[in-house]
Amino acid sequence: MTDLKNVSADQNTELAVPVSSAGSGRRFRLRIFGRWVGITGLLTFLIAPIVPLFIWSISFRWFYPAIFPTEYSGRAWSEVINPNNDVVGVAWNTALIALVVTIFSILLGVPAGRALGLYEFRGKRLVEWLILAPIIVPGLAVVLGIHVLFIRAGLSNTIPGVILVHLVPTLPYMTLVMSGVFANYDTDFELQARSLGAGRWATQYHITLPAIFPGVVVGALFAFIISWSQYVLTLLIGGGQVQTLPLLLFGFVRSDPAIAGALSVVFILPAVLVLLLSSRYLSGDNAAVGGIGNI
Amino acid sequence: MASRRIRIKRKALSEAAGRRLTITVLLAPAILVILLLFMGGLITGFLRSLGYFPLIGLHDFNFNAYTAILSDNGFIRSFIITFHIAFTSTLIAGILAVASAMLLRPAFRGKRFVQFIFSLNLTIPHLVGAVGVLYLFSGSGLISRLATAAGLIDTPAGFPPMVNDPWAIGIIIQYVWKEIPFIGVIVLAILLSVGEDYESVARSLGANRWQAFRNVTLPLIMPGVVSASVIVFAFTFGAFEIPWLLGTTFPKALPVLAFESYTDVDLAARPQAMAMAMVIAFMSSLMIMAYMKLSRRYVRS
Repeated sequence: MTDLKNVSADQNTELAVPVSSAGSGRRFRLRIFGRWVGITGLLTFLIAPIVPLFIWSISFRWFYPAIFPTEYSGRAWSEVINPNNDVVGVAWNTALIALVVTIFSILLGVPAGRALGLYEFRGKRLVEWLILAPIIVPGLAVVLGIHVLFIRAGLSNTIPGVILVHLVPTLPYMTLVMSGVFANYDTDFELQARSLGAGRWATQYHITLPAIFPGVVVGALFAFIISWSQYVLTLLIGGGQVQTLPLLLFGFVRSDPAIAGALSVVFILPAVLVLLLSSRYLSGDNAAVGGIGNI
Repeated sequence: MASRRIRIKRKALSEAAGRRLTITVLLAPAILVILLLFMGGLITGFLRSLGYFPLIGLHDFNFNAYTAILSDNGFIRSFIITFHIAFTSTLIAGILAVASAMLLRPAFRGKRFVQFIFSLNLTIPHLVGAVGVLYLFSGSGLISRLATAAGLIDTPAGFPPMVNDPWAIGIIIQYVWKEIPFIGVIVLAILLSVGEDYESVARSLGANRWQAFRNVTLPLIMPGVVSASVIVFAFTFGAFEIPWLLGTTFPKALPVLAFESYTDVDLAARPQAMAMAMVIAFMSSLMIMAYMKLSRRYVRS
């Protein structure tokens, strides 16, 4: 969808030039120059914090005031990969938790999104408010209360407890994305399939699923990333018993920048992958962007 | 005739009932989970903040925790610094996001690549950004080293404190870094869908570049800017890990203070921690209300 927009914009390059400035060539060139200075400055600012992480991850000696490390080494990376250090295990743990959270978000969020996107009903505003609230209210405001409940239910310090608490940001997000998808969905195709003799499940599988699939994938990828990057929810509910990558990273930030750098790179990888996979569907008018404030 | 009408009526009735059943079945699981976890957590926190703790024999409601934190200078200072962090970050990020979106609107060579880098931060976790800001802006960070090489300072101590500093500069840099693309992508989408026609009309009627932007483009993108900014404000007011890493020890950001009071060995601090969590929840519900009011006003005009 965004591609189409870009293509048409590319063809109109000449038209995009403001008519009034065509008269004075120097001013126009100056403006183009200014634009590129602005874009370069913007991109530099956006990339800058990521750069030292990569350099630290391969540095061995890097004392002030050296601008580049005086000695490089693969120590941090070999320690990260070393099976005895359990970084790989923790990364798997984090991914597994995020995967289960994503599956639950899909199973509960897709039907709820369908109800919100397709139907008008009494109390709909209240339901919408209930879905929106966990997206806007910060996790810390509710996790203390949830911790009290989970201690009583025996869910604190357990992986199921962490999975449940991760649903607080991911499930409303998934529901929101799916309600946007279903708002543009035409149920007539389902009716036609049913009238042509398809059963309920066959219709769901052959008609509904292909139509909503891109939306589900984008929502699921972002639900995964939201769970993958949770810090304080895991810290409090996991109580130190459940280790995930962000907790591990935090521990190394002050004590060993090289390890922290390498862990940061590992931590970023799925995020970049998700963006690569979904950038085609990501434009700002898409509900998928609206909930990313949570990552 | 009559019986047929009744049959049709009954069919319509059962259709309405079936529809209601469908909606209920579709919504119930998700609503149940959100009610149990989110509302359950919120209500439990609220009851605890009122001193209700049946397990240790406390059944009376009181406002002790609230009066305690409101008369505590540390809490007031925390509230002020947290508000400063959220407000300043949102304002700077909002302005720079609009500027960035305007920069990225026209077609140019390499636009797709630039847009990809621009949206890269959307998915990069806040924590990684915070670590990056720490390694860039701390006294012995990369920028301090560059300043030393340029002969501007001699020692790390000569570098102005930008991390763990009283003005929360490091925290604000991190939030601005992360939220420019978030607000920017939303604004850019509006800009592209609105097109440049209105602006061209204004220009042809004699408006200069700034006037066309101020009176035509800005009102069009404002609803998007405001709704994104509300989300950003609520997030930056309640986020924990960034001020925990980049903040000062006094005054602490409110979420950090609440977390530490909650995990304190002194159980008496628990109701106060809950009260602080309620203050954060209250601020974000103010944001939700402001958001709804503003969006209504924009829709009307």
